[in-house]
Amino acid sequence: MSHRGKFLLGGAVILGALGYLVYAGVSQSVVYFVTPSELQAQPVPGKAYRLGGLVAPGSLKWEARSLDLSFVLSDGKTSVPVRHKGTPPDLFAEGRGAVVEGTWSGEGYFKASLIMAKHSEEYKAPHGNEAQAGYKELLNTLKGPGTR
Amino acid sequence: MTAEIGYAMTAVALGLALYGSAACAIGARTNRPVLIQSAQHAAIGTFVLIVAAMLLLVYAFLTFDFSVRYVAINTNRGTPFYYRITALWGALEGSIILWSAMLSLYTLLIIVRYRSRQAEFYPWVLSVMLGILTFFLLVMTIPAPPFERLAPIPPDGRGLNPLLEDTGMITHPVALYLGFTGFTVPFAFAMAALITGRTGDEWMRVTRRWTIVAWYFLSLGLLIGGWWSYHVLGWGGYWAWDPVENAAFMPWLTGTAFLHSVMIQERRHILKLWNLTLIILTFGLTIFGTFLTRSGILSSVHSFTQGSIGAFFLGFIALVLLGAFGLVAARGDRLRAEGKLDSIVSRESAFLLNNLFLVAAAFTVFFGTIFPLLSEAIRGVKVSVGAPFFNLVNIPIFLALIFLMGVGPLIAWRRASRDNLRRNFLAPVGAGILAAGVFRLLGVANALALTCLSLVVFVAATIVLDFYRATGARLRTGERLLPAMGGLLMRQNRRYGGFVVHLGILVVALGVTGSQAWSIQTETTLRRGEALQIGQYNVRFDGLAASEESNHFKVTGTFTVANNGRALAVMTPAKKFYPQEQTPIAAVDYLMGLREDLYLVLGDFARDGSQATVKVQLNRFVTLIWIGGFILTLGAALAILPEPRKT
Repeated sequence: MSHRGKFLLGGAVILGALGYLVYAGVSQSVVYFVTPSELQAQPVPGKAYRLGGLVAPGSLKWEARSLDLSFVLSDGKTSVPVRHKGTPPDLFAEGRGAVVEGTWSGEGYFKASLIMAKHSEEYKAPHGNEAQAGYKELLNTLKGPGTR
Repeated sequence: MTAEIGYAMTAVALGLALYGSAACAIGARTNRPVLIQSAQHAAIGTFVLIVAAMLLLVYAFLTFDFSVRYVAINTNRGTPFYYRITALWGALEGSIILWSAMLSLYTLLIIVRYRSRQAEFYPWVLSVMLGILTFFLLVMTIPAPPFERLAPIPPDGRGLNPLLEDTGMITHPVALYLGFTGFTVPFAFAMAALITGRTGDEWMRVTRRWTIVAWYFLSLGLLIGGWWSYHVLGWGGYWAWDPVENAAFMPWLTGTAFLHSVMIQERRHILKLWNLTLIILTFGLTIFGTFLTRSGILSSVHSFTQGSIGAFFLGFIALVLLGAFGLVAARGDRLRAEGKLDSIVSRESAFLLNNLFLVAAAFTVFFGTIFPLLSEAIRGVKVSVGAPFFNLVNIPIFLALIFLMGVGPLIAWRRASRDNLRRNFLAPVGAGILAAGVFRLLGVANALALTCLSLVVFVAATIVLDFYRATGARLRTGERLLPAMGGLLMRQNRRYGGFVVHLGILVVALGVTGSQAWSIQTETTLRRGEALQIGQYNVRFDGLAASEESNHFKVTGTFTVANNGRALAVMTPAKKFYPQEQTPIAAVDYLMGLREDLYLVLGDFARDGSQATVKVQLNRFVTLIWIGGFILTLGAALAILPEPRKT
C-alpha cells in the first residue's frame, strides 16, 4: 500500500472513531425538553429529561433541615410530582414557572438533580418598589437583637 | 449633546474606514502610492475617532450622563467608580466599541511596522483590516449604536449586571478581545498573500509572532474567564461548556492547530491549503463567537444582551467565508505541496494528528453548541446539550492531544529511525508507566485520572530529557549551568517557549483531572452554633449580619472554620440583593490552597438569623489550573520575544 493510501486509511479510521464518539455522545447525553403531559404519556425510567411547567399552588414543601424539596409541576392538563434534595433557587415559588432536570424514578415521581426557576426579562424600576421595602424589612430583622 | 457627538464620531470613523479600505485596494491595483498614503491617514483618523468615542462614553459613565441609553442601562448612581469605567464593555454596544478599538490599534501597529516593509502585502493587509473594521463600525452605526439617546432622561440608571462587578470582568473582556482581534493580522496577511498570488511561506513567517500574541491574549482571556466563573458564580466550577465559553474556546482550538501546522509548512513546504483553511476558520470563529455571545441567540449565563444584530453578523460571516475560500479556490494552482509525507512515524504526521484532533475538538464543540438550535429549528424538538456530551466526546481527544504533545517535539522529521525513537522515548514511556503504577499504589483508582497522570508524567519526562540534553551539550562547550539554561531559553526562545507552554498545559491538566476526580461537596442547614464536618475541616455557623452597600443590600453569614481541631479562619459568604435584579447574587468565600480550596456558598436563611443553609465544597487541585495558566502565559511571552539572529 502506498504512503498516501496509508495516510488516508489512518485518517478515515480516526475520523470514523470521532464520528462514532459524537454519535454516541448525542444519543447518550442529549436531554429532551418535555412537558408534564408528554412525560406522563410515556415515561422511560432512568432516561434524562428536562421537565418544564408551573409549580402547582399548595404543592411546595421544603424541609430546611433535611433539604428535602417536593412539589408538583403542571401544564394545566397533567401534573408530575417532583422530588429533589437541596435548596430551591431564589426565584422558585408556587405559581411560577420552573424547569427541572433529572430522571423518571419509575415509582410515580420525577427525581430532579437540577432546578432552574424561570427568569422574566422585564425591566424593573430601580428604586421605590416593593422589593426595596422587602429588603429594608430584612435588614431590620437581621440588625435586631439576637444576631452577633 | 454627548449622544450626538459620539454618534457623529462613529459615523465619520465608518466613512474613513470604508474609504481607506477601498483606497488601499485601488492604490495597490493601479500602483498609486498616493492613494495608499491617503488610506494610511484615514486609518489613523479612524483609530483616533474610535478611541475618542470610547473615552467619551467612559466620560458619560463617570458623569452619570443618563441621556445616553447605554449608560442608563448599564450603570446607576450607586455603581462603584472602577465599575463605571468597565461598565463600558458590560453589554453589546460597548463591547463592539472595545472590539473596534482593539482592531484599529492592531491596524495602527501594522502601519507603524510595515509601511516601508512588505511592500507587496502591506496595502492589501491594510485594506482587509480596514474592511473588517468597517463592518464593526457599521454595527455601531446601525443595529447597535452605543450613543443612542434616551428621552426623557431618567433620574437614575438601571445598573450594571452585578455579576460583572468583579475584577475578573475588568480584565477578561480586554484580554479576550485582544486575542480575538489579534487573529485578524494573520488572516489579513493570508488574504494579501492570496490576492497578490505570493502564496509561499512568507505571509506565515511575517505573522508568526502576531499569531502567538493573539493566542497569548486569547488564552489569558479564557483563563480569567474560568477564574471569574469559579469565584463569582458560586457553583464551584471553572468551566461549564456554556455556549459562550465554547464560543471563545473554538477559535482557541483552531488557532492552536494553526500555530503548530505553520511549523510544518515552514520546514517542509506542505499543508499550504490546510494552513489557509485554518486561519480562515479561526478568524471566522472569532466573529462567530461574538455573534453567539452578543446576539442573544442562546440563553445562557453569559448572554446578558439581546439585539437585532444577528443578521448583520451572519451576513458578514457568510461574506468572509465566501470571499476567503473563493480566493483560495482561485489560487488553487499555487497551493500545491512542494514536498510529501515520507512516513507515518515522523514529526510531520505527529503534528498532522495533533491538527486533526484539535480541529475535531473544535468541530464537536461547535456541533454541541449549535445542536439545540438546529434541533429546534429543523425538528421542532427542544433539547439541551450539556457538559456530559462535551466531556464524553472531548476527554479522549484531549488525552490523545496530551500524548502527542510528548511525541511531536522530539520525534524526527521525515522518518523516525528506531534509534531516534529509542533514544527519545524509551525513558519517558518508562516514566509514564512507572508513574501509573506508583499512583495506583498510592490509591488512585479512577482509570481516567490514572491515564491522565501517566500521560502527564510521560510528556513532562520528554521535556525534561530534551532540556537536560541540550543543557548538557552547552556545558560541554564550557558554559556554566545557569547561563547554559538561560541561554537555551533565550536563544531558542521559540522552541523552549513552546515547551514552557506545554508544561503549563500539563499543570492545567493535573488541576482539571484532580478537581474532577477528587472534589467533594455537601449542603446542609445549620442552626446557629451548629457545625458540619467536611474532610478535615469543621465549619461552624455563627450567625448572620446585614449591611447596606452603595448599590445593594448584603446579608453575610459568619462561619468559623477549624482544621483538625485547630482554629483556621472565619469565613463570610454572603448574599447580595440588588434592587434591579430579581434574584440575589451569591458572594462566595473560599480559602485557597495548593491541594484544596474550602469553598462556601450561602444559600437560604431564616430571617431572624437563627439558621442558614450552606453549600460547602472541597475543591481539590483547582489552584493548579491557575498556576498552570500562569506558566502557560509565561511560555507564550517567551515565544513572542524576537528570535536572536543566528550567527
